[in-house]
Amino acid sequence: MSTVSEREQKVLDMIETARAKRARFRDPRITMAHGAGGKATQTLIEGLLAPAFSSPALDVMGDAGLVSASGADLALTTDSFVVTPIRFPGGSIGELAVNGTVNDLAVAGARPLAMTLAMVLEEGLSSEDLGAEVRAIAGAAREAGVEIVAGDTKVVERGHADSMYLTTTGLGLRDPRASLSPDALRPGDHLLVSGPVGAHGMAIMLARGEFELGGSIESDTRSLWPMVDALLDAAGEDLRCLRDATRGGVASVLNELARASGVAMIVREAAVPVAPAVRGASEILGIDPLYVANEGVLVAAVAPEAAEAALAAMRAAPGGDGAAEIGVVRTDPPGMVLVETAFGGKRVMDQLVGDPLPRIC
Amino acid sequence: MSDGGMRFVEEYRDPALGRALAGEILAAVEPGRHYKLMEVCGGHTHSIYKYGVDDLLPQNVELVHGPGCPVCVIPMGRVDDGIAIAREPGVLFTCFGDMMRVPGADGSLLDAKAEGADVRMVYSPLDALRIARENPDREVVFFAIGFETTAPSTALTLKRAKAEGIGNFSVMCNHVLIVPPLRALLESPDLRLDGFVGPGHVSTVVGARPFDFIPADYGKPIVIAGFEPLDILHAIRMLLAQLADGRCEVENQYTRVVPWEGNPRALEVMAEVFALRPHFEWRGLGFISQSALRLSDDYADLDAEQRFPVPGVRVADPKACQCGEVLKGVIKPYECKVFGTACTPERPIGTCMVSSEGACAAYYNYGRFAREREVV
Repeated sequence: MSTVSEREQKVLDMIETARAKRARFRDPRITMAHGAGGKATQTLIEGLLAPAFSSPALDVMGDAGLVSASGADLALTTDSFVVTPIRFPGGSIGELAVNGTVNDLAVAGARPLAMTLAMVLEEGLSSEDLGAEVRAIAGAAREAGVEIVAGDTKVVERGHADSMYLTTTGLGLRDPRASLSPDALRPGDHLLVSGPVGAHGMAIMLARGEFELGGSIESDTRSLWPMVDALLDAAGEDLRCLRDATRGGVASVLNELARASGVAMIVREAAVPVAPAVRGASEILGIDPLYVANEGVLVAAVAPEAAEAALAAMRAAPGGDGAAEIGVVRTDPPGMVLVETAFGGKRVMDQLVGDPLPRIC
Repeated sequence: MSDGGMRFVEEYRDPALGRALAGEILAAVEPGRHYKLMEVCGGHTHSIYKYGVDDLLPQNVELVHGPGCPVCVIPMGRVDDGIAIAREPGVLFTCFGDMMRVPGADGSLLDAKAEGADVRMVYSPLDALRIARENPDREVVFFAIGFETTAPSTALTLKRAKAEGIGNFSVMCNHVLIVPPLRALLESPDLRLDGFVGPGHVSTVVGARPFDFIPADYGKPIVIAGFEPLDILHAIRMLLAQLADGRCEVENQYTRVVPWEGNPRALEVMAEVFALRPHFEWRGLGFISQSALRLSDDYADLDAEQRFPVPGVRVADPKACQCGEVLKGVIKPYECKVFGTACTPERPIGTCMVSSEGACAAYYNYGRFAREREVV
């Protein structure tokens, strides 16, 4: 095909100008798309929430807010969990609620210390199911080394919630080895993922039984702190930024970072690790595994000189044996993530628009 | 790719074979001649952008996107009719995912869902029938879209519903046919094409014969193609060979799936369950006679349009929207006045920006960056 014509280039420039503007929230009501982690979620956050609550700690838009008090550098984060079904291969809502919050602290470079737990329970929920989740929460907290130090319980009428919703708030101590920031990426940095992508979202999707697809895909839910700990040891200040690739998957995380740092990214599709069962299911459902949620995969941007050591540290950490380098940071086009397809072409990897996987976490 | 590949899929995405085919294509083009080839099917458009197939083509081979995108061709009035049914008390409305985001005159099915209508995404009409079985106290409606590719599965679902006597299931039929819009396109004076990459999935049902009129009446070659990147490159090479040899034929690249005669059983079921509509409105293309299907009289009791009141009001496309020109291949997506600014995937004006098979969405999502290309 032709090289980019003047007219096409003009349109492309106009689009990038429009996209660079802070999103305005103009939707008349909330739709499921606002919860999917893609562009609609971004519009809600950037257009309504961030301006209303603006503060130096929030404006960074990290996975956890950084707070300093009496000489202690702390990180604080919160997350709600509404997944259906509440139990799925590889985990359950209780484990997610602990690991999700622990991981938001971990990728902010903070050692998880303690958390609170709020439960909204639906009238009629069996005590057996509740007991199983309470045990799952206790087990995951023990494994992650955090204490549940406070909690709250509410019950709503049948039909006003779906079994149970959980909210956890986590407190962490910022690690002095870490100097992480979403706007710290520089051209030349290497992009790493800590394991095969897409397992959690695909496990939930199959567990719903809507597709009559068999298969043995298990959620990857786990605490990422041991891996972050190892990464900080191996790469220290050369670690630019970490993100856990939950809703919207690795693609959404990379887009957020490219925007925040004003850099471009080139991802080599062939280098992205995907388990064969996840790849097969994605192919059948027409979903790109790079957009599918993970609950135990982080993305790291690392300065080139430390990339090898960081990758080795990831691979030696629990859950990291499938870690891989998937791409590099470039200058141009700023704010954009491009993919070199396995076939040998190039394309944009944009933020998610639709809502392929509702209620995955 | 990671450990362990998918047999019979990844073979058709082999980069080395791709480069070899690209070399053959480069050798087959006449320098100085510009080739304009239309890929009819939205599935091809999607693959071309997703795999970056056009990056492997020489500069003087231009791919033009065609009308074969099932979501793209649904006019706004039909969306409004669907929403009206979805809002009827007791109705549980089902449709494919992309369809939920197509804007009608006053919002989309996704908006109707947020306002309280029970709209659910399904992956097949059989899923909708299962939902009807599981919810006997609800009226379950399936919003059927698609060309001859998906019409047989709707037909089989209707047959099964009738056989099982499932009274709370009905279909709002928007199935369309592939030949009438192609003929309309070829009649249009503002389009100059050298040939067609023919629709693969549709042809598994209708076969290759219905496309005979393209070389016979309009003197253009057509090669029916599969959807993997190597299929598309292979079909382009076959088209260029026809043009170089001065041949003009219907050829079938997708022989592993498409039999010359199509699928007679699927056609039989369609003939039993559906009847031709005298005319049907296509998004951006206007009314095309005998271009769409309704439920046949034997299945009238399963026809959602008979069971529920529908406004049936024709809604003019938004003035700024140029989906019609895009669907006809007259303009490129970026040549539309609202492309990427007022009309984006998150806030679409036109259908071509909604469906993953739509040319505008494919270009916006995958192709939207300044690429450096080799000059031939």
